[in-house]
Amino acid sequence: MPEQPVTVGLFVTCLVDLMRPAVGFAAVKLLTDAGCTVSVPAGQTCCGQPAYNSGDSADAGAIARQVIAAFEGVDCVVAPSGSCAGMIKHHYPLLFADDPAMAARAEALAGRTHELTSFLRDVLEVSDIDVEFSAKATYHDGCSGLREMGVKEQPRALLAGVRGLTLEEGAEAETCCGFGGLFCVKYPEISGHIVDAKVDDVMATGADVLLGGDLGCLLNIAGRLKRRGSAIAVRHVAEVLADATNDAPPIAEGNAGGGDG
Amino acid sequence: MPPTTPRPSPRATPAAGTGDALESTTRAFDANTRRALADTNLQDALARLSHGFPARRRDAVARMPEFEQLRDAARDIKVHVLENLDAYLERFEARVKDNGGQVHWARDAAEARDLILGICRDVGARTVTKSKSMIGEEIAINEHLENNGVEPVETDLGEYIIQLRHEPPSHLIAPAIHLSKTQVAETFRKVHEQFPAERSLEEPRVLLDEARSVLRSRYFEADVGLTGANMLVAETGSVVVVTNEGNADLTQSLPRVHVVIASIEKVVPTLEDATAILRVLARSATGQEMSVYTTFSSGPRRPGDLDGPDAYHVIILDNGRSKMLGGDFHEMLRCIRCGACLNHCPVYKSIGGHAYGWVYSGPMGAVLTPNLIGLEDTGKLPNASTLCGKCEEICPMRIPLPKMLRHWREQQFATRQTPATSRAGMKLWAFLARRPALYRLATGTAMAVLGMLGRRRGRFRTLPMVGGWTAARDLPAPQGPTFSSLWKQRNGGTS
Repeated sequence: MPEQPVTVGLFVTCLVDLMRPAVGFAAVKLLTDAGCTVSVPAGQTCCGQPAYNSGDSADAGAIARQVIAAFEGVDCVVAPSGSCAGMIKHHYPLLFADDPAMAARAEALAGRTHELTSFLRDVLEVSDIDVEFSAKATYHDGCSGLREMGVKEQPRALLAGVRGLTLEEGAEAETCCGFGGLFCVKYPEISGHIVDAKVDDVMATGADVLLGGDLGCLLNIAGRLKRRGSAIAVRHVAEVLADATNDAPPIAEGNAGGGDG
Repeated sequence: MPPTTPRPSPRATPAAGTGDALESTTRAFDANTRRALADTNLQDALARLSHGFPARRRDAVARMPEFEQLRDAARDIKVHVLENLDAYLERFEARVKDNGGQVHWARDAAEARDLILGICRDVGARTVTKSKSMIGEEIAINEHLENNGVEPVETDLGEYIIQLRHEPPSHLIAPAIHLSKTQVAETFRKVHEQFPAERSLEEPRVLLDEARSVLRSRYFEADVGLTGANMLVAETGSVVVVTNEGNADLTQSLPRVHVVIASIEKVVPTLEDATAILRVLARSATGQEMSVYTTFSSGPRRPGDLDGPDAYHVIILDNGRSKMLGGDFHEMLRCIRCGACLNHCPVYKSIGGHAYGWVYSGPMGAVLTPNLIGLEDTGKLPNASTLCGKCEEICPMRIPLPKMLRHWREQQFATRQTPATSRAGMKLWAFLARRPALYRLATGTAMAVLGMLGRRRGRFRTLPMVGGWTAARDLPAPQGPTFSSLWKQRNGGTS
């Protein structure tokens, strides 16, 4: 681990901000416990990916400028999402092909941007997760995290330190859940079909908890699991690693009962 | 000349008087999708495909530790070719001529069709045997021949089946993948009237043998054999065709005339380059190390040759491809039509090939089709992707398919082809996202209300304006207060 405390700007992500703050606080705790100084720059809203993937590069570029400016003062940008981190790391620089000065700033930010679990594991070399969470879990690899950010072993390595947790891999853990941002509402029938296959695979593992590193996927899969009446609990991996599972019921479960498993 | 016979076929059909415009159902993508999702035969077939091809590719790759380097090498060959395409095509042409063959250049589908028909007419051809060719599908050659009194006979088993059923192919390498063996048996029972009506057609082997016995005589009757090409080899003027059935061999060696139809990007410099690409082709496509038959042809029969055609023609088709060179879709011209991106695509595996509405489907189709028949009619295709990136991960040519799907979306947005409601919604959202204070006010209020409403159950079964989401799944309720509001509380209003 580096000598000086690393200053981390948490990129909260719009979905965590709006839907599940518990994930954001879990990320802050994990980063703080690992010795980082964490700030949450106020200029952030969303990474701009919905605009970018809709072909609206002007708005995506404007939002990217805002994020780049907001995070220029920190050593590292960390997001509890492979998708948003991938947007900043791999796509921001492409948005400024005609603006070398902005492109350079985008490149600089890209080089300092990380997905949460890979930052904890690969950069901070965290190996002393000391929490207990009794569950048979399975893990969903979000597409951007897996393919753009190389997130695969890191969350699993961190989860290996969780007492009481066993991991049962789904045969299709790396297969897209059908969320795809706006895809899921633009093509609801196809998206519904894909998430149904994902849910089949999750159920086939016999797990009682599904974990993942991207809230978009988790909202999608949890929504389908619940529609099918499944009791499988869905959580962001950060909640388990930060011992924060008491802070909020599992995704798509209320205060009316049910809990993990 | 209007056709004299009715054409019930939904195949891409040449539209009268419009050159290379082909009918498609790409505009009806949403309806196609719903039909595909409700088709249980299709869904069974797609489930078989999903478990077959990807696993076989994975095993083939696992057996070959240097596969990733092979992909790089194969890609580099195509990168080089595309930078020197004119030179290699001209070299190929010269070699074919040296070998006694003829080369014809076709700017578009109509020219290619006329060239093929002209060659058929010159030799008074009545039947043409065909080995599977996606370019043949692209130019809708079968209909053109039929409408002009020449009977095309497909010899690839899958292609033969769909020809009998008047259907387009639903997959690059497995054209009848959408059918069950029961459906095939029904088709054979209906069409093959020469066999006893009560015969058993339960076993795939029996179906294969029946098709083979029918096709055997057709090979000998044919005046012209029409094949596609997996590659054109510039150094030798050779055409490479791969099959698993040997049908291309019979198609090209038995008739008096062999016609090859190939698009411009199929050329490779040397035989060595061809073999480098063959090493990734079958592994990516079917998980085979090599296809069962890999056939090189290099011109007509020479004096002393035991067999081969008297005449040898290669038709090289552009049909929109040269416009892709040097542009946003340049890299798409590396595609070797292995079908791996279809086999691994969650969208293709949900809806199959026909829903895409034209010849090419899956990720490669969603990128290529708008290039070939225009974005206006095909605008749904590049949007029907989660951009999961699996296609790029497994593409032997490392084609950045997601990036190119996004290029189409950018073009649509820039030219206002994006639906007005999506556009307006995006603009409103972006307006807010660029104003953090206003954004927090608006989203904070909305989430507080939703959080309150959903607190007990934790989710919504229905909610106004999110019908797309709740059609298939519950909408998880937000916790209530947003992260930014809670963080502000905790940190006394500072970040």
